[in-house]
Amino acid sequence: MTDLFSKFDPLIEQRETLLATGLTDPFNLVMERVESPTVAICNGKRTILLGTYNYMGMTFDPDVIAAGKTALDEFGSGTTGSRVLNGTYSGHRAVEQALKDFYAMDHAMVFSTGYQANLGIISTLAGKEDYIVLDIDSHASIYDGCALGNAQIVPFRHNDVEALEKRLKRIPEGAGKLVVLEGVYSMLGDVAPLTEMVRVAKENGAMVLVDEAHSMGFIGANGRGVAEAQGVIGDVDFIIGTFSKSVGTVGGFCVSNHPKFEILRLVCRPYVFTASLPPSVVATAATSIRKLMNSADKRAHLWENSKRLHAGLRQLGFNLGTNEPQSAIIAVLMPDLETGAAMWEALLDEGLYVNLARPPATPAGMTLLRCSLCSEHSSEQVGEILGMFAAAGRATGCIT
Amino acid sequence: MTDRDETAAKIAKLIEPFNKKGVAVTEGTRFAQDLEWDSLTVMDFVASVEDEFDILISMNRAAEIETVAQLIDAVGQLQGDR
Repeated sequence: MTDLFSKFDPLIEQRETLLATGLTDPFNLVMERVESPTVAICNGKRTILLGTYNYMGMTFDPDVIAAGKTALDEFGSGTTGSRVLNGTYSGHRAVEQALKDFYAMDHAMVFSTGYQANLGIISTLAGKEDYIVLDIDSHASIYDGCALGNAQIVPFRHNDVEALEKRLKRIPEGAGKLVVLEGVYSMLGDVAPLTEMVRVAKENGAMVLVDEAHSMGFIGANGRGVAEAQGVIGDVDFIIGTFSKSVGTVGGFCVSNHPKFEILRLVCRPYVFTASLPPSVVATAATSIRKLMNSADKRAHLWENSKRLHAGLRQLGFNLGTNEPQSAIIAVLMPDLETGAAMWEALLDEGLYVNLARPPATPAGMTLLRCSLCSEHSSEQVGEILGMFAAAGRATGCIT
Repeated sequence: MTDRDETAAKIAKLIEPFNKKGVAVTEGTRFAQDLEWDSLTVMDFVASVEDEFDILISMNRAAEIETVAQLIDAVGQLQGDR
């Protein structure tokens, strides 16, 4: 008998080698208690969280929690059904209305996760004769959406407008075209040149989908994302987003002004063939989204945090993923996985949690310590974080 | 030189910068197994082939191409399709 697990042997071996050195497993951390959006207890120790996607700190907002508790009491713990059968409660309609108001768009469709939103929309929109042109550094959910459908998939070099344009011009006349972009790329925290890319896509007759998962609530005057900040949101056909980052719960969505959008509810398999979100989740999401509409002060403070951490890390001598802070994600480049894991553990010992990211999730085989800031990090906490990076960096030899 | 020879020569040139192990390349050379290219290297290489011949090689099509000979034939066919 062939052991179906033998294909994983190289990965098992790499993990065993790394853990044999006595390092804590970076992919097996348990948070024993969570005190706030920025502090948890890990291994009995108070730890500052710098690796969540809780950008706007909504997870402990009193109004959000109250809405969830009321919904639990009034609607129960779950729907046990598909959105198109018995799984649409008034709360699901209410969160879709909140999204339409937030984005000022005509249609909103809520999925059970952000992953499923990309899976569903991308695989359903582009059929066999159509072309999907996507950035090579796209998130796994975008690639999986491509794999679930049967369109022709054409990647182009990361953030390269000319490479996108060349490929669009080579697509046979008459074929349907969908350009898939992200506002913020989550590994390095860099933003896409959407102004040029959306223009090029439109000039070549393509529809445009932008995944704004890491920008919602934070980037743009109304927190609608990079497309809003760059002034092209009116030309974007579909925005994909998630409730599991700034919104502070779980779920995914697509918003659009396309007049035929609603038909997707009947033909999109990852929407139809799964249970809808629990009533408490959609209630917390709707409350959070409405509060995010009026969070200009929090957005300003988050930008301050991001700029200060970026400048401080740079001054300490770390190599960062972007020359300027472009989002709430700041990626610290590590020379290799061993050093990255050692630095990750040294930071945890100092009382700081960041994300260790490694291939295949990262571009170009990089190992990264990904820091993501929260609007609830105080200025004092950012100072503390920089002190911890200095100590851990010197202890592991990453900086001098 | 036939069209196919010309395509083969151009592709051999495009392989060079990616052939870090200095493997002797023939038409039977396999990209994944013999050149030991990972998926990112393959995507970079495919982009350079696309730009050289002004064609599109979709990921679906690229997945079917294992050897240098298959790539030469695919490029010839894709150029003919235009």
